[in-house]
Amino acid sequence: MRPSLTWVPRLTLAALLLPVGAGLWGVIAPLLGLVHIAGADPDQAIADLLAWPGLTDASALSITSGFGATLMALALVVLILSQLHGTRGLAVLRRLLSPLLSMPHAAAAFGLAFLIAPSGWIARLFSPWATGWAQPPDLLILNDPWGIALTLGLAVKEAPFLLLMSLAALGQIRAGQSLLIARALGHSLSGAWLKTVFPAVYRQIRLPVYVVLAYSMTVVDVAMILGPTLPTTLSVQILRWMSDPDLSLRLLGAAGALLQLALVIGALAVWWVGEHLIAALGRRWITSGARSHGIGLLRPIASGLGTASAAVVLTGIAGLLVWSFAGQWSFPDALPAPLTLRNWQRFGPALGAPIQETAIIALTTTLIALILCIGSLEAEARHNLRPTTRAMALLYLPLLVPQIAFLPGLQVLLLNWGLTSGRWVVILSHLVFVIPYVFLSLSDPWRAWDRRYGTVGRALGASPNRVLFRIRLPMLLTPILTAAAVGCAVSVGQYLPTLLAGGGRIATLTTEAVALTSGGNRRAIGVYGIAQTCAALIPFAIALTLPRILFRNRRALRPE
Amino acid sequence: MKRITAALAATLLATTAMAQPDPTNWESVLEEARGQTVYWNAWGGSTTTNDFIAWVGDRVAEEYDVTLEHVKLTDTADAVARVLAEQQAGKNEGGAVDIIWLNGENFASMKRQDLLFGPFAEQLPNWQYVDTAGKTVQTDFTIPTDGYESPWAMAQVVFMYDTADIDAPLPSMNAILEWAQAHPGRFTYPQPPDFLGATFLKQALLDLTDDPAPLMQPATPETFDKVTAPLWDFLDKLTPVLWRQGQAYPQTGPQQIQLMNDGEIDLAISFSPGEASTAIANFELPDTVRTYVLDKGTLGNASYLAIPYNANAAAGAMVVANFILSPEAQAHGLDPLNLGYGTVLDMKTLSDEQKAAFDAIELGMATLTPAELGTALPEPHPSWMEMLKAEWTTRYGVK
Repeated sequence: MRPSLTWVPRLTLAALLLPVGAGLWGVIAPLLGLVHIAGADPDQAIADLLAWPGLTDASALSITSGFGATLMALALVVLILSQLHGTRGLAVLRRLLSPLLSMPHAAAAFGLAFLIAPSGWIARLFSPWATGWAQPPDLLILNDPWGIALTLGLAVKEAPFLLLMSLAALGQIRAGQSLLIARALGHSLSGAWLKTVFPAVYRQIRLPVYVVLAYSMTVVDVAMILGPTLPTTLSVQILRWMSDPDLSLRLLGAAGALLQLALVIGALAVWWVGEHLIAALGRRWITSGARSHGIGLLRPIASGLGTASAAVVLTGIAGLLVWSFAGQWSFPDALPAPLTLRNWQRFGPALGAPIQETAIIALTTTLIALILCIGSLEAEARHNLRPTTRAMALLYLPLLVPQIAFLPGLQVLLLNWGLTSGRWVVILSHLVFVIPYVFLSLSDPWRAWDRRYGTVGRALGASPNRVLFRIRLPMLLTPILTAAAVGCAVSVGQYLPTLLAGGGRIATLTTEAVALTSGGNRRAIGVYGIAQTCAALIPFAIALTLPRILFRNRRALRPE
Repeated sequence: MKRITAALAATLLATTAMAQPDPTNWESVLEEARGQTVYWNAWGGSTTTNDFIAWVGDRVAEEYDVTLEHVKLTDTADAVARVLAEQQAGKNEGGAVDIIWLNGENFASMKRQDLLFGPFAEQLPNWQYVDTAGKTVQTDFTIPTDGYESPWAMAQVVFMYDTADIDAPLPSMNAILEWAQAHPGRFTYPQPPDFLGATFLKQALLDLTDDPAPLMQPATPETFDKVTAPLWDFLDKLTPVLWRQGQAYPQTGPQQIQLMNDGEIDLAISFSPGEASTAIANFELPDTVRTYVLDKGTLGNASYLAIPYNANAAAGAMVVANFILSPEAQAHGLDPLNLGYGTVLDMKTLSDEQKAAFDAIELGMATLTPAELGTALPEPHPSWMEMLKAEWTTRYGVK
């Protein structure tokens, strides 16, 4: 009798959905008066929210930065793929994807902030010889009230994610054949791509696009660094209310969280309607048979924008690195006058504890996520289960529900139940975000594994478990390590779950780095930002090198 | 029967007393503190204070076997919120917060809501060195401390200016306004409700008002409108000539210093007379920066340490508070190479050897002498700060 594994997918879904469900309940229940928060009156909280003078601006910012960043990121990806399909330029961008993706949002935002500020690196490089600026100009670039810096920052950071998802989708559709036929009919390469390949790709990356939209509307750490301050975005304001000494403001925060959730649902609905409108127009354009030759001229723009957006993030990180070694560095010097090890000597020793905490949380979370995902995939294989579309949508749910909408609720519930927050609660909250990425990263290679190896093994008398542990897992080591690296990077980058579930007591590299921005010491931020980036990159490096060493005489098992 | 009740009551009292360390019996405090881990909740945005807290941690570990963990806050109010939440959840012992760096409104709020352990401050062995006569260390923003918080550093408002861009100090708020109008975009202050930003508002109010007496009483809507009218008039003129025309503000004091180092602004407020010298030593400000105080004087106050009523390691927390009052720690903190904070000790109480450690400290090129700093102006009642922050946010906090 084989042990049944059907409970593993259920447990995995529970790990995903229970915290989200409980968190949403923790937001809604106190507002309905079902859970009592001392000194707080639900009606008063809603009235206070509506009376908050920044409400209109903050809500508008959430919408404009969300739509703006998503549209720009998607447009960039479509431009790159349609113009650079099959070129060497795309291969280069593809190789840059892992570092771009794994870079924590906060580190990327610090880097960007220093790059584009009026006293930033770009201005320094061109001053005073080209600009004539002996002093930085009084220009409102960062923290502008319209959220332009925030939107651009999010767009360049989200584009790699959409590009990765599109490349994965391209692998599943027969792009080459469609292109060949369309080109034979006289379409230009990019015209053919837009008309025949893009609709199929978009259907596959729809959920990731929704994730980007929901994320960009509600992000907290990036908004704290690049976003406006008069007022802030709604999500940052909710966080402030949730951490005010006046507990009755918790309920105001909950009301804000509910409004934020409603805004996200509304935006997703608007996007969905927009999709259908564009699809209808697009279908007319495709079936009209018009040959659009002019599109090919966009190629230099595509390579230019693609390179620029990657360069902005990578140069930002280079800026952090330089700051971490900087002595006195005044405007308009392009580089610091003395380079010094002092910053690392000063801040380095204090890195030990947060590095350890970050590693414990990331490794435990990733290990649990891997066990759950492999268990689910193995259950799928052994019991011939097919994941339904609905189950896949559930996998995306934690990524679609804004963190700022359900994490405060989780905090309210923990408090109400008198539970201490701590490392385990942080790990459970990280799991919610790590599981989907690990699963998405692992499922395709897992399902693509040639099951005849297993059949042979079984025929030779091996038990299903022996087949799993001796054949399938070793053969899939490369994708498993990659999934683990993705999981670690996701965990390392989490700010809000660590802060709220950890009760402020769990100090990881990311919480320390974001706390330091409230200070503004660029040298310290440089040291922490670099440490944070390394923490996210090292697992990728291991995932790339370990199989090369282990499989030095098994060429087909090595990563490309 | 009566005797049994009395005995029972005595046992009960003894057990409650057992649960709370007794500061008058210092030996037992030291004994209980051994091996404890103390969570110090303090703002984590300043790397120099972070370094100082780490140094204190090393020293109390060596000396008293107490482990000190710095919980880095983005706002002190977070720690107050935590204690309050624990009280409301009925968690009356084993709390998450052992010691908090606070003053003013946070202390007033915790004291009012009975969230504090104590009184303990005046029983600490090193209290003997504290300058209770010459420094305001027993009232905090007009509220008596009653031994519920222990002072650890003196602060006074100074203005930092870059001598490369400004020839002479600007001795009053009106002089600052005139200068800013002639040099638009070169001055700003941290965005209230930030602590330093709110301090700028209070400092401006004190400088602009003719009669500061109402500020020592709790604010009422009537006195607030009357007394603050000149302040809003001043800010209405100042805001359009601020950095970024007042459309963005630095969020904290250190961000403001970064702006000065980047050459974006020429004048900035500071609540620590030694901060500029410390920043110059750390390459965080150009060495052309100097400090000054306004002609009518500037605000001053003390920073305190308080222990929540449900602290898990109250004994360890008292050991930390006591160590910070030691001449060794106070001299370390006064040195601008470390922290540059003013001491709360009275030099007359120290031995010659202890005093020599203070005399040996180079205050730094940008630090004023005690005589130049003059007598600090007292802090207004905390209610003023609350109302100033709220009013500022309504007027300027939303574009």
